[in-house]
Amino acid sequence: MMQIDCPYCGPRAQVEFAYERTLDSIVTLDMPAEEAVSRLYARANPRGLDDELWRHSFGCRQWLVLRRHRVSHAIVSITEYAP
Amino acid sequence: MSGPSRIPGGAESTLRFRFDGVEYRARPGDTLAAALLANGVGRVARSFKYHRPRGVMAAGVEEPNALVTVGVGGRTEPNTRATDLYVYDGLVAVSQNRWPSLAFDLGAINGIAAPFLAAGFYYKTFFGPASRWMLYEKFIRRAAGMGKAPTAPDPDAYEHRAAFCDVLVVGGGAAGIAAARKAVAAGERVILVEQQRALSGSIEGVRMLTRTTASGLWDHGFATLAERLVEPGQTPTPGQPAQRLWHVRATRIVLATGAIERPLTFAGNDRPGVMLSQAVRSYIARFDVLPGERVVIATNNDDAYATADAIAAAGGEVVAILDSRASGPATHFPVFTDAVPLSTSGQTHHLASVKARVGAGTRRFDADLLAVSGGFTPVVHLHSQAGGKLDWREDLQAFVPGASPQAVSSVGAAAGEVPAIAATVAVLPDPKHSFIDFQNDVTASDLDLAWAEGYRSVEHLKRYTTLGMATDQGKTSNMAALAHLASVAGVTIPQAGLTTFRPPFTPLTLGALAGADGGGHAAPARRIALYDRHQRLNPLWQPLGLWHRPRAYPIGDETLHAAALREARAVRTTAGIVDVSTLAKFAVTGPDAAAFLEIVCATGVAKLAVGRGRYTFMLREDGMVMDDGTVWRIAETRYLLTSSTGGADRMEAHLSYAHHVLAPQLKVSVVAQQEHFAGIALAGPLSREILAALTGTEMPAHMGVAQAAIAGVPVLILAASYSGERAFEIYAEGHLAGPVWDALEVATRAAGGYPYGLEALEFLRIEKGHIVIGAEGDGRTTPHDLSLEKMLRKAGGFIGASGLTRPALAAADRAQLVGLTSDTPIPEGAMLIAHDGAPVEGHVTSAAGRVIGTGAVALGLLGGGRARLGDVLLASSPTRGQSARVTVTAPVFYDVEGTRYRE
Repeated sequence: MMQIDCPYCGPRAQVEFAYERTLDSIVTLDMPAEEAVSRLYARANPRGLDDELWRHSFGCRQWLVLRRHRVSHAIVSITEYAP
Repeated sequence: MSGPSRIPGGAESTLRFRFDGVEYRARPGDTLAAALLANGVGRVARSFKYHRPRGVMAAGVEEPNALVTVGVGGRTEPNTRATDLYVYDGLVAVSQNRWPSLAFDLGAINGIAAPFLAAGFYYKTFFGPASRWMLYEKFIRRAAGMGKAPTAPDPDAYEHRAAFCDVLVVGGGAAGIAAARKAVAAGERVILVEQQRALSGSIEGVRMLTRTTASGLWDHGFATLAERLVEPGQTPTPGQPAQRLWHVRATRIVLATGAIERPLTFAGNDRPGVMLSQAVRSYIARFDVLPGERVVIATNNDDAYATADAIAAAGGEVVAILDSRASGPATHFPVFTDAVPLSTSGQTHHLASVKARVGAGTRRFDADLLAVSGGFTPVVHLHSQAGGKLDWREDLQAFVPGASPQAVSSVGAAAGEVPAIAATVAVLPDPKHSFIDFQNDVTASDLDLAWAEGYRSVEHLKRYTTLGMATDQGKTSNMAALAHLASVAGVTIPQAGLTTFRPPFTPLTLGALAGADGGGHAAPARRIALYDRHQRLNPLWQPLGLWHRPRAYPIGDETLHAAALREARAVRTTAGIVDVSTLAKFAVTGPDAAAFLEIVCATGVAKLAVGRGRYTFMLREDGMVMDDGTVWRIAETRYLLTSSTGGADRMEAHLSYAHHVLAPQLKVSVVAQQEHFAGIALAGPLSREILAALTGTEMPAHMGVAQAAIAGVPVLILAASYSGERAFEIYAEGHLAGPVWDALEVATRAAGGYPYGLEALEFLRIEKGHIVIGAEGDGRTTPHDLSLEKMLRKAGGFIGASGLTRPALAAADRAQLVGLTSDTPIPEGAMLIAHDGAPVEGHVTSAAGRVIGTGAVALGLLGGGRARLGDVLLASSPTRGQSARVTVTAPVFYDVEGTRYRE
């Protein structure tokens, strides 16, 4: 179980957090339909670092961006989400 | 005298225990294996497939053979390693996998299992007619197996505990103690874990967990440690748990997990009396047990020579040392170089002789014990679990820990500080009786067969032969298997590959994983605000997620169905009240509240007048219906959004995502109020009059809003109907809602009505054709599939609008919502087919009887269903043996025009 260093709450166990999606699969409301569908179904899924949107659901409930290595699970950075 | 025995002298054997019904004595500190050997018992088990007699091979948790069932009743623990079980007074253990007894086992005597159980035996039975598998399965199940799990409930308590430290040291041997001392000296907080009862030293300032196994090493320095407070089968101290599972977060981890000695491969290498060389030393040094009187030692390394010294010092005779190498260290014992064991012969509790190849010839030795050493396998399990790489060491013929992505290091034997060995290719004259995986009865010939049948990948070979898949996970067998595979394939061992190490390191009791979260504590129970009011009426409770809601309120000996039908009929003819408190409720407030709701809701919201509400539904981004509910404009910039009970938490996250990620520029506040307000729906033709009398207020028309007071409590009244009758949802603050319920209940009963539960609610809504998220809205249905497309907001701009443009979602043959009628009960969940054997065209999502009148109605999802009204189909549920002829109709069976709840 990963340990996630919430910028608001400090280091907490992964069970307190909910994974939402990668940043590049966020479908904005003004996006053309074709691009929206492509973002939903064609994921980059890199073997390496990726930016992910998480929420501290059982804590401060803030939305966070984790830059995380998808093989080693190393978390390079955690920041509050800013669209 | 032959066979294992206690070395004379020493402490008194004060503990009494029973094995297979016979009482024996043991010394405090004995493991069951040591105690049995001390009592001359060398044969303790029968093997998994072939029921071969087996003894004690090891002295630690890697033991593959000596598995017993320990304890009685609900405290029974099967497949317990006799080497990992300390004897306590009154211990009861029995041997496994034998019938009628360990000495006289029909499975072994007949030898009938063998031809069926070679490599891939169960895969092969899958070919050919199914009836043949049914026959084999019965046979295989009886023939092959381990201990039986108890059927009685486990009476013991278990607990979880969390901890953190700077350094977690796994293993209390010399290397572990040294690492812990160093860390303490550096001022670090240390937890030291040891599987055995006692440590070989003590350290000030260290949290010591003995009898504790580091069972898993996960991400970011997270470890799970299983601590035994009592031995398997033993009654815990009152008020204390039997086991404790630690969740430890460590800044860094030191693995001092040691190494496991490997057996050698030869015919009869599984007999009682064949024991690992270091295990022989352990029994002598730790337990004063001499595992044999006349010992042959077979080795490919120097370490086993120390075993010869230990045996001689304990009074045993070293008959011969068979060294596979050209030369070994100097010793006064008789040594045969270029010598390997070929086969053994045995008696019940020990060996009789060992046949060996010595140079070009063969020799037979009279011996009751064969101590074997095939080299040492560093215990890299935890390192590997934590994502660490493994490096091959040619001199050790073993994998050692390589780089780790985490702060995990290995020390001592675990790091490869073990004696070097000579790589030998075993020539096996009798591969059918040369065991590689002892616990799963996989022989060298099984591996050869799998290879001959084309299995090349070690992962395939593992699954095909079941090698390494027993409760010991191949601790003693993996390297022998890889070596055999490599030699057959003509490659090196690292080229042959390695299977994955997975947690737990040793078997874990399910109770330990559950901790205190068992029985009634398996999930938290969420009680509605009016729980006490309902409990007074003694309802049947129905769990709904974590919530518990009244299902029906039977009177006297009424059945559930009769009670629900009475309640539903009251709603159709007079009035009824139902608790709807668990509906998700969100206060959406602010100047941009309407704009925000139009992102979340797929229906129009902005044009809603103050004091009015409407039905709405929300989509996922892929265009599927996610949830439905109602939206009400309470004031100019204040809305109330309701959605389904089961989807409340999901909707909370969805709304937060929509606000904070998709539309953070909107000035809106969203507050989840599910538990803040209790809700009571009053439904039925008399509901308007009842409520007007209670409040002294004229009630609004359908989908209107009113503020009033009932029993002095301020309430919000929403004129919404789920049942199909005129109805009002009445919301009050949860802690004030009791008197509101009381007043409504009295008035409803006075009008000839009743409180009603979820069952009646289902009858009513199915008849009315209202969908439920989770039944009709199953996550695969679009608004069009559910006949909701006319309500979609044309301008778009809502979540899911893009997803809906996918062409496949417009296909005419999609499963669509239909109604189904029948004269006989329609089985819920049944498949919809044209006739028996025809392809499945859909399924029944919800079914009920008509509330008034006879016959059954149901909702279903049917391929191209909207174009099939009038078709006659079969609703068939073969698993329940139920079916009904059904006619496809529109999905509404009652008051199609909706006049009963409008004016």
